[in-house]
Amino acid sequence: MISLTINGQVHAVDVDPNIPLLYVLRDELGLHGAKYGCGLGQCGACTVMIDGQAVFSCLTPAIVMEGRQIKTVEGLGTAAHPGPLQQAFIDEQAAQCGYCIAGMIMRAQALLERNPNPTDAEIRAQMQPNLCRCGTHMRILAAIRRASLAMQHAALEKPMPVKEAVP
Amino acid sequence: MTELSRRKLFAATGALVVAFAVPGQAAALPGSLAVQPKLEGWIRIDADGRVTVFTGKAELGQGLRTALTQIAAEQLDLPPARITLVTADTARTANEGYTAGSHSMQDSGTAILNASAEVRALLLDAAATKLGLPVARLSTQNGRVVAPDGRSLGYGELAGLVPLDRNASPGAKLKDPASHRISGTSLPRLDIPAKVTGGAAYVQDLKLPGMVHARIVRPPSYGATLLEVDTKATEALPGVLRIVRDGSYLAVIARSEWQAVVAMRSLAGAAKWSPGRALPDQAGIFDTIRGLPDRPMVIRDSQAPVPDGTRTLTARYHRPYALHGSIGPSCAVGLMEGDALTVWTHTQGVFPDRAAIAALLKMPPAKLRCIHMEGSGCYGHNGADDAAADAALLARAMPGTPVRVQWMREQEHTWEPYTPAMVTEVTARLDTAGKIVAWDYGVWSNTHSTRPGGAGELVAGWSLAEPTVPSAPVPIPQPEGGGDRNAIPLYDVPAMKVTSHFLAEMPLRVSAMRGLGAYMNVFSIESFMGELAEAAGIDPVAFRLNHLSDPRARDVIRLAAEKFGWDAAKTLPPDHGRGFAFARYKNLAAYCAVAVEVALDRASGQVRVLRADLAVDSGEAVNPNGIANQIQGGFMQSMSWTLFEELHWSPTAITSRDWSSYPILRFNAAPGAVEVHLINRPGLPYLGTGEASQGPTSAALANAIADAGKIRLRQLPLSQARIKAALSA
Repeated sequence: MISLTINGQVHAVDVDPNIPLLYVLRDELGLHGAKYGCGLGQCGACTVMIDGQAVFSCLTPAIVMEGRQIKTVEGLGTAAHPGPLQQAFIDEQAAQCGYCIAGMIMRAQALLERNPNPTDAEIRAQMQPNLCRCGTHMRILAAIRRASLAMQHAALEKPMPVKEAVP
Repeated sequence: MTELSRRKLFAATGALVVAFAVPGQAAALPGSLAVQPKLEGWIRIDADGRVTVFTGKAELGQGLRTALTQIAAEQLDLPPARITLVTADTARTANEGYTAGSHSMQDSGTAILNASAEVRALLLDAAATKLGLPVARLSTQNGRVVAPDGRSLGYGELAGLVPLDRNASPGAKLKDPASHRISGTSLPRLDIPAKVTGGAAYVQDLKLPGMVHARIVRPPSYGATLLEVDTKATEALPGVLRIVRDGSYLAVIARSEWQAVVAMRSLAGAAKWSPGRALPDQAGIFDTIRGLPDRPMVIRDSQAPVPDGTRTLTARYHRPYALHGSIGPSCAVGLMEGDALTVWTHTQGVFPDRAAIAALLKMPPAKLRCIHMEGSGCYGHNGADDAAADAALLARAMPGTPVRVQWMREQEHTWEPYTPAMVTEVTARLDTAGKIVAWDYGVWSNTHSTRPGGAGELVAGWSLAEPTVPSAPVPIPQPEGGGDRNAIPLYDVPAMKVTSHFLAEMPLRVSAMRGLGAYMNVFSIESFMGELAEAAGIDPVAFRLNHLSDPRARDVIRLAAEKFGWDAAKTLPPDHGRGFAFARYKNLAAYCAVAVEVALDRASGQVRVLRADLAVDSGEAVNPNGIANQIQGGFMQSMSWTLFEELHWSPTAITSRDWSSYPILRFNAAPGAVEVHLINRPGLPYLGTGEASQGPTSAALANAIADAGKIRLRQLPLSQARIKAALSA
């Protein structure tokens, strides 16, 4: 039995020593945001954040995650109350099939938490590991830029911490 | 048309069946009302005022759910949020064949448009009787019929007076497009909020009570048979519930998903296979294709005398096999209860897939229900139907228990049906004024559809103890065409011959991928138009307009050129180039023109796409943002096909097994800007949009690379290696 801290909540799970985090999230805990795409760390559909870093949950053994802060797309907001980056994806209509999008959002979130005002080149470099097959790249880039602006705006107008998810 | 050939056509195209399925008077009804004339097949109004709209088409990530909801909301005068849209489900919706070929708006959209308009008229009639007022004095708003004296009746109150089990009548009175408030607006996609927040959105996320997990162990190559497998070690693994073997069909079912993956690896390690069918040498594949037995069909033969003093140009183009490459491998869930089986699937055609699976399982189709749930984008016939068959077979092995089957990445890469490799050859003659006076074009291709059909189109069937056999492939007829889709240019050329060389023998498993043959034919035709314009010394945009009388075609070309700043881009920095291309998808769907600017790095051969402007005319635009999303996405996907993609194989097996052995476009290759400019035509028929930009994008890129580097590449992909080789030649 190990305990995993996911989106601020502690979960006790009984896991196989080799099980990747992705399967624990989806199969054991019902968190379906992270997706199975390749199991090889080549497409990024499974991307989650661990201690602020974007990682491939399909390659990350769950057993070494004890004591780490795991964040998934479910931790950023809900359909009724989306977080700023999720809202930016909605505003830009930055999805087609949407299968890659949760992974895209988590990789972008890791960048924006580290660097709230990234350059376009920094955004592209950050997003390089994640694949989109519908061709939504331009809108994904626009959504990240929009979220960056919204977060800065929110930071300027309202003193931290920002409680309300929707700007 | 005989029953047999009608079935074959259905197998080949699915979508076309709409035009042939119901003879007689029903055929006069617009869109898919021809296959399902009953109004209740499209719209249900409950006594509490809830409105349900039914479509036999599926949401594939193209935004169909939102656009169809807008059409119904507009004609019914209802807020979109009050409508529940039920998509493809063999128990609930019309049989609209496949969601393919950019047909959904034309077929289903048109049916829902007319059915909604007629239902609104029926509601008005019923209210007029009840209120004792003439219809002309009543109006509809917000789901109610309203009288000038302030009285009103909700649609739910009128539902009992308006039986919808009647046939639709032709000529439903549609609203004046000028009065539209919902259709024609960019209503945000209804599915996106769940997709960006981890809400259950995909069949991959479906979790039924007691559900177990299966994995298939596929043969290592086409035609390999299972010689022996010692299952003892696998059986002893934690969670393993069942190993299913039927001939060479091998699968394992386990309690949890990860246990199924571990067990699959164990089982795969224990399986011994015969060598499969030998594959042709990849290096000589185009010669192999040109040498296959060929069934030529002349699809255009207009004759005219060719004047003296003409110049002849000729060219040959090649495209490799390529894969759909869904980001999420195929998945399905099956549940056998008694003698009834339900399959949740991301198939593009619940009815044809049901027919194929029922044949595979030798069960009556009426006992099988296929329910569409979204999957990862498919872009055509990927592993979806096959995964559904796997789920059905394995659910039958575990009665009463829901079984979820998830394909692995390498299974999707190696077992999906690819888009076929193709060869085209063209010869044209230019007169002294720079007009094309003669055109002779040939395209060599396998079929572009091996969709089910019958049980023989499902991968699982090939391995069973009683194996199924694929049907003989058939060409998809013009005017839509398969390998010859868009093989006839829209340009005015007096002497034009176009021959489609259908190749029945298939070296690799192939089927429908977005655009079918249109991608390659438009690449060839529009690359060649660039070559001809250069030979004639005429600006490529002007050269196209000189040969084009269709006013809507001219409009998109002029708009793309204007927004791009085509004339100003005549002078660009060194190693930069501009390229242009145009096509009307299938010669009967959306019009699209593309202008791009690229920059070449001479040392490495790397091409950067700096900016693109696309103009599109899809007829009446229901959701302009949705059209822009499709056109922009089509540009990016075509950029990926055109610059990066080529399937690889060895003499025994497919070797493009993952994203490292089959690279596709990543963010570093994304252009600086891709702008879409829409020409809206309110009141004109909807024109399919999802496959409009892929063809012209490919040739616009080839033409821009030609302009930048003074090199003409005729073999896809236009890879860095090929550009570098051409630059140093």
